[in-house]
Amino acid sequence: MAANTFTEIPNQENLINLKQSWLNAYLAWQMVAMFDIGMAEEITLRNFMNVYPLDAEGMTTTLLVGGYDLTSVNKQDEQGFPALDYLLHGLANSEAEIITFYTDEFNGPKYKIFLTDLVERMRSLTYMVLIDWKERYREEFIERDGSGATESVNSMVNAYIYYFEKFLRSGKVGIPAGIFSNSPLTDRVEARYRGNVSKELLTTALHATQNFFNGLHFDGGASGMSLQGWIDHLEETRDTNDLDSLINNQFALIHAQVVNLNDDLGVQVTIDYRGMLETYDLMQENIIFMKVDMLQLFDIKVDYVDADGD
Amino acid sequence: MLSVNSYFSKTTSSAPLAIFRIAFGLLMFISMIRFWALGWIDKFYIQPHLFFSYYGFEWIKPLGDLTYVLFFICGLSALFVALGLKYTWAIITFFLSFTYIELMDKTTYLNHYYLVSVISFLLIFLPAGNYFAWDSLRGSRKSFLQIPKWNIDAIKLLLCLVYLFAGMAKLNSEWLLQAMPLKIWLPTKEDLPLIGFLFRYDWMIYLFAWGGALYDLLVPFLLLNRRTRSLGFIMVVFFHLLTAILFPIGMFPYLMIFSALIFFNYQFHQKIIDGLHQILRIKNHKTHQIQNVPFQHSPISKFKTVVLAAFFLIQIGLPFRYMLYPGNLFWTEEGYRWSWRVMLMEKAGNAQFKIVDNASGNWFYVNNEDFLSSFQEKQMATQPDFILQYAHFLYAHFSQQEMKDLSIFVDCFVALNGRKSTRYIDPEFDLTEGYDSFAHKSWILPFNE
Repeated sequence: MAANTFTEIPNQENLINLKQSWLNAYLAWQMVAMFDIGMAEEITLRNFMNVYPLDAEGMTTTLLVGGYDLTSVNKQDEQGFPALDYLLHGLANSEAEIITFYTDEFNGPKYKIFLTDLVERMRSLTYMVLIDWKERYREEFIERDGSGATESVNSMVNAYIYYFEKFLRSGKVGIPAGIFSNSPLTDRVEARYRGNVSKELLTTALHATQNFFNGLHFDGGASGMSLQGWIDHLEETRDTNDLDSLINNQFALIHAQVVNLNDDLGVQVTIDYRGMLETYDLMQENIIFMKVDMLQLFDIKVDYVDADGD
Repeated sequence: MLSVNSYFSKTTSSAPLAIFRIAFGLLMFISMIRFWALGWIDKFYIQPHLFFSYYGFEWIKPLGDLTYVLFFICGLSALFVALGLKYTWAIITFFLSFTYIELMDKTTYLNHYYLVSVISFLLIFLPAGNYFAWDSLRGSRKSFLQIPKWNIDAIKLLLCLVYLFAGMAKLNSEWLLQAMPLKIWLPTKEDLPLIGFLFRYDWMIYLFAWGGALYDLLVPFLLLNRRTRSLGFIMVVFFHLLTAILFPIGMFPYLMIFSALIFFNYQFHQKIIDGLHQILRIKNHKTHQIQNVPFQHSPISKFKTVVLAAFFLIQIGLPFRYMLYPGNLFWTEEGYRWSWRVMLMEKAGNAQFKIVDNASGNWFYVNNEDFLSSFQEKQMATQPDFILQYAHFLYAHFSQQEMKDLSIFVDCFVALNGRKSTRYIDPEFDLTEGYDSFAHKSWILPFNE
């Protein structure tokens, strides 16, 4: 593993390799972050992988004091991709200076151990989810094919929309742009220490959600059943418009807007937060198509209580 | 006048009223336990940060942890009603505690909660605790075999009104011509055993829509007529059990099924009571102590009659009040509640609130999740009175901070009965300038067909 190579020989070449591995993993994470189901939901994987902003100060204390428990809820903002981001890009301004943290005679071993522990934890958590999916949950997921609250279609669609709303729209765009807070918050940008990849992370996550909507497979051009197909099927017998094209068109508008943003969304927020705001508004329109129109068409509820039809 | 007087002096057996009291009390007792066991007291009345009040009842709020005591009192009084123990106090306590609960947050508004309040109010004025009741068993209250006939008819009238208004409300183009919202709901039940396959067919959905409307309009007459009563009751059982399987409507189907027993003659109810005597090993004479004294309403009966007359006038009038408002009823929901409009719409919405500090011109959006439960947010986003009340809550919340001069706007989209979502509220209207009243809310955007 790139992390092991780096901790064994902390030099510039190994640091660069590790950074690349980190970015690759971070981009891959964007493809799966929406799947808050099964074991991932049970262990709240998302809360241990990608909570930002990072509590850098708290994390540094944790690392230096040692004897930490990364499974603790209090440590969720001291680990995962944001913590690695800080350890690989945020410790100092230059790579040479960053490396000195790991070669330091006194504290170096502590940084190395913490870095290794973080990577190992991320690896073991994701591995646990993957194994569970393959050996148990996939079968259960397929078996739960009804229309009730706990059935797969229901929990997956709710998880999907929740992800799009809370993590994509609000987390990656709205909160940094200051939409909920009166002023831009540059420290709330994803991968803020690396900086110039936050747009790429956003774009990847957008593609992932759109591909999920259209049933495009992760590894290529093949496609299967999807929300888009379901909409098509239901609209055959109704006189509603083409909701699936509305949603896909909206995705296209969002992409077209995101292209104009700075590679570093932190910079974008500082120079012109309106670009972010427009992105947010376009995403909000798709929330309405999905949460209001699509859920009504699917008859999927967000809450399950006694009702007599409003 | 003579015929009116002779009608009011007619008497009948008190057995049907006794059975009605027992069934109603037990169902309400079970319903309270169910509500508690599902964790809904905590979820609806403890957890949320704010509660949506009914206009004019803003002083009614959940009582914190004491809310559990309130539910306990309500459940216990329901059991007392069933037993006929301290009946008058029990039914008054039940009516007040249940109605208080209902008024704590309009998020949970349901027609059948309203029905429970209305029935229990009516029962306060009826001598339902005078026969086959704990009170009469202990001799603390006189037992009457005969009561005025209108006492039973009052309950029948109420039930007929419920059915007829529910039926009339279905006579609209959405329900009859579009089969909406059943066309949204029923196809998702395709995986039900035995009947699920039916919902694949469009004509079947229409059959359900027309059948449902026809049922509501006809069943009161079938139940009133002696010759069709059994058929009517079979339809009641079939229809309500079907809705219990298809829709999440809680205790309502059982309440309607047991209430419909009141239409049967007194011999039927006497048989049940005789059966219960045997099962419970109560000697017949104990509840039959005073055989032949007909029940006499106390001197305040004039007052009772006036109250009940007013009660029924209100019951008949309220469902028509929507006619006083402009616009589409389903869209504005002005005059929608308290009118037995059940299962008529599928409405979904999304509301984004914008807080503007007029001093600096700064603004920000509200994260609704910070203040509302998911259920409250869902209800809020489709109902103007909720939107207004929430905006005023936000004003109170944010004006405590540095900003004093705030405007609040909402960008809200609503989809009704399968139509594409459209903007619901005038986004230029400053909600802090709006106040709730019975007047039409002009800032609701017109409904576009």
